[in-house]
Amino acid sequence: MTTGAYLDPQALPFSFCPGCGHRVLLRALDRALTAKGWDPHSVVLVTDIGCIGLSDRYFGTNAFHGLHGRSVTYATGIKAANPDLHVVVLIGDGGCGIGGNHLLNAARRNVGVTVLVANNFNFGMTGGEHSVLTPQDAITSTTRMGNPERPLDVCATVGVCGAGFVARSTQFDDDLPALIERALSHEGFALVDVWELCTAYYAPNNRFGKRDMLELLEYGGWATGVLQENTRPEYASDYRRRVRAMQRETAPKKPHPSLEPRFPSPLQGRLKVVLAGAAGGKVRSTGHALGRGAALSGLYVTQRGDYPVTVAAGHSVCEVILDSAPIGYTGIPRPDVLILVAKEGRAKAAPRLAAMTPADRAYIGVDLLRGDAPVTTGAQVIPLDWDRVVGVRVTKKNRALLALGAVLAREGFYPLEAIEAAIRETQPPDIARENLSALRTGAAMLT
Amino acid sequence: MRELLDGNAAIARGALDAGCDFFAGYPITPATSILLAMMRELPGRGGIAIQGEDEIASLGFCIGAAMTGRRAFTATSGPGISLYSENIGLAIMGEVPLVIVDVQRLGPATGGATTVGQGDVQFIRWCTSGGYPILALCPATAADAYALTLRAFDWAERFRCPVFVVTDKEVASTLDLVELVPRGTWDETPPLSVRPRPLADPECAFAPCDYPAPDQNAPMSPFGGPHLLRFTTSTHDEQGHMTKDPAKVERLNRHLAHKIDDHQHELELVRADLDPQAEVLLVSYGVTARAMDEGARLARAAGQRVSALTLLTLWPLPQGTLRRAIEAGPVRRIVVAELNDGQMRREVERAACGGPEVVGLGRIDGEMITPNQILRAGGLA
Repeated sequence: MTTGAYLDPQALPFSFCPGCGHRVLLRALDRALTAKGWDPHSVVLVTDIGCIGLSDRYFGTNAFHGLHGRSVTYATGIKAANPDLHVVVLIGDGGCGIGGNHLLNAARRNVGVTVLVANNFNFGMTGGEHSVLTPQDAITSTTRMGNPERPLDVCATVGVCGAGFVARSTQFDDDLPALIERALSHEGFALVDVWELCTAYYAPNNRFGKRDMLELLEYGGWATGVLQENTRPEYASDYRRRVRAMQRETAPKKPHPSLEPRFPSPLQGRLKVVLAGAAGGKVRSTGHALGRGAALSGLYVTQRGDYPVTVAAGHSVCEVILDSAPIGYTGIPRPDVLILVAKEGRAKAAPRLAAMTPADRAYIGVDLLRGDAPVTTGAQVIPLDWDRVVGVRVTKKNRALLALGAVLAREGFYPLEAIEAAIRETQPPDIARENLSALRTGAAMLT
Repeated sequence: MRELLDGNAAIARGALDAGCDFFAGYPITPATSILLAMMRELPGRGGIAIQGEDEIASLGFCIGAAMTGRRAFTATSGPGISLYSENIGLAIMGEVPLVIVDVQRLGPATGGATTVGQGDVQFIRWCTSGGYPILALCPATAADAYALTLRAFDWAERFRCPVFVVTDKEVASTLDLVELVPRGTWDETPPLSVRPRPLADPECAFAPCDYPAPDQNAPMSPFGGPHLLRFTTSTHDEQGHMTKDPAKVERLNRHLAHKIDDHQHELELVRADLDPQAEVLLVSYGVTARAMDEGARLARAAGQRVSALTLLTLWPLPQGTLRRAIEAGPVRRIVVAELNDGQMRREVERAACGGPEVVGLGRIDGEMITPNQILRAGGLA
């Protein structure tokens, strides 16, 4: 076979074992690249571990030699970052096992890389151990009793994941260069499973020669040739097309205005507030409004949240510290003010309520002060009587804000105008109107 | 611009201001909001943000992208660092500029996904086979998180290695009132910009691993650029070819250490609040340093003398700065406060060289250390 333009004559001859099929595959790749005529600077050969991982040294192209099984991930990163590059991955049958997850996902994404599987049915580099592509019953150094495992059909596997181009061939196929050229020409993910002889281990251990390979192909149910070809969009190009479309359709979000202090606050020192309620009850956003209002009043603020990983189920606790000086420690073992608006927050509020003293204030929904197990605390309790809310329907979603209005009006950490400004500056007009109405209604609740 | 930001948002902002143009990651509490911010912000700025099928793929994407010239970035938590480990070794070996955020949660294994911990600090230091130096920065506040992320990107370009930003669930998710400026809050350095990637002269011959001196890096040339580039995970020579020649093997491995070790004195970022009369020196990092600062304020308000040192660089350990802080006064006791069972205490003991007594204060119940606990450990309360 003649040498094309991409094998480096100075690096030849190949140093593989006598009769190893990798020579044939690499010469076929060289001829396919020569047919494409790409600038070698635009070609990146990605390899990983195993005998085929030694291949890049023979090519006068870019080379990335990475960790076992991960070559498809490096190739994906290279292609996604620079779609103009032609990215070719050479892996062995070992790589199909340890890197199987990446093959599935590269095929599914249809990222435009060409994967050539140098499949000689065992690990040649480490001593002929079986791989995920080793035929059933085959003898290897790790399947001395005959391989009990069924081999993976790598072509069918990437095919079912939607790979753009899938083919199977052997080192004995005269059309292998043309087949690889077709794979290289495909825009999307392309994989060619190339069956080879490992003359060091698999062939002698199994008396497996050319005829045996061809018989296995014919009678073992292994389809050959081009097995799948589709026109799904290539990932890196499709990503860019989608970004352009999104940019046309959506206006950039305006940032919230700077929190320049413009309201006075009488607060000296630290005030620790815990707001406890139900997830989905706007606890965090209410806490956030409290914090922004404080910042607009020249105070330092921190805000911590505690909520389960689920959405709108279970508790939501928001801890807000307001201080006239910078805040270090952000925990609140004993709050100055605790606001409990829903039963979901009770368990989380309980240890804090227990730690509170008569100098502290606990604002608690009246429904939680009644019944069989009323909330208990050493703090001064100010009941939040939802029946006294006039003009706004009390719901799960506005209890926290109603309560905060009541607390701010009674405690006077800072002017109500500050939190109103915070709400107006961060929320769309319709939501802001609703929230301001709840806040003002709440402010009248305890008067 | 005064704003309420959490550490994760500040890190994302730092990455964008650093010119990050490639992100890949996998969702994991409490780091996910960095992934979401990069997904939201990067595409519109000409960048790429990809969610990988797992952490292994995500870091693989980043490494591939970095070698095409991109400024790559990823964020995860402890279980993700476990999966990153092999590719962190690759990034060290291949000298890949890269920023990796570890938002620590309580470990081991799945541990407490929404619970604070600081137990990854030695894991980060030693997470590669072979054991080579890495750089790790550790913010205590959202403002630090922003400035140190910028610094991490700059160091990644300067030192050609993965640089960690190690935070914790509390720093990551607690909103803080900040005014972000691209400079540290720890010294008077001018506003920080991230240096451009040093590139090889397109007109000259290129050897990808031909570093001019053991502590200096070879300029880079991206895939698709003017040169052919060989990148390899294997021990290699100047050209990026595998080698077993002992002289070349040693040259490479010494270089990987010297390029960081020889610059130790330039890497010691701390926030020092020292009293030359203090007999007690408090040392901490991350969210715990906030409690330490508050403890120091409380102690001083009560008329006591105390020094406090926040480690902003975790790796390499700022040992010169630590020694100077010890020697600056009559320090008899050092308290190292951290949310693990003494991982940095041992380092501080080494730096203290048998001088002052070193007391560890560790907490591993998922709660933060309080200012009073630190004062009690220092004999100040």
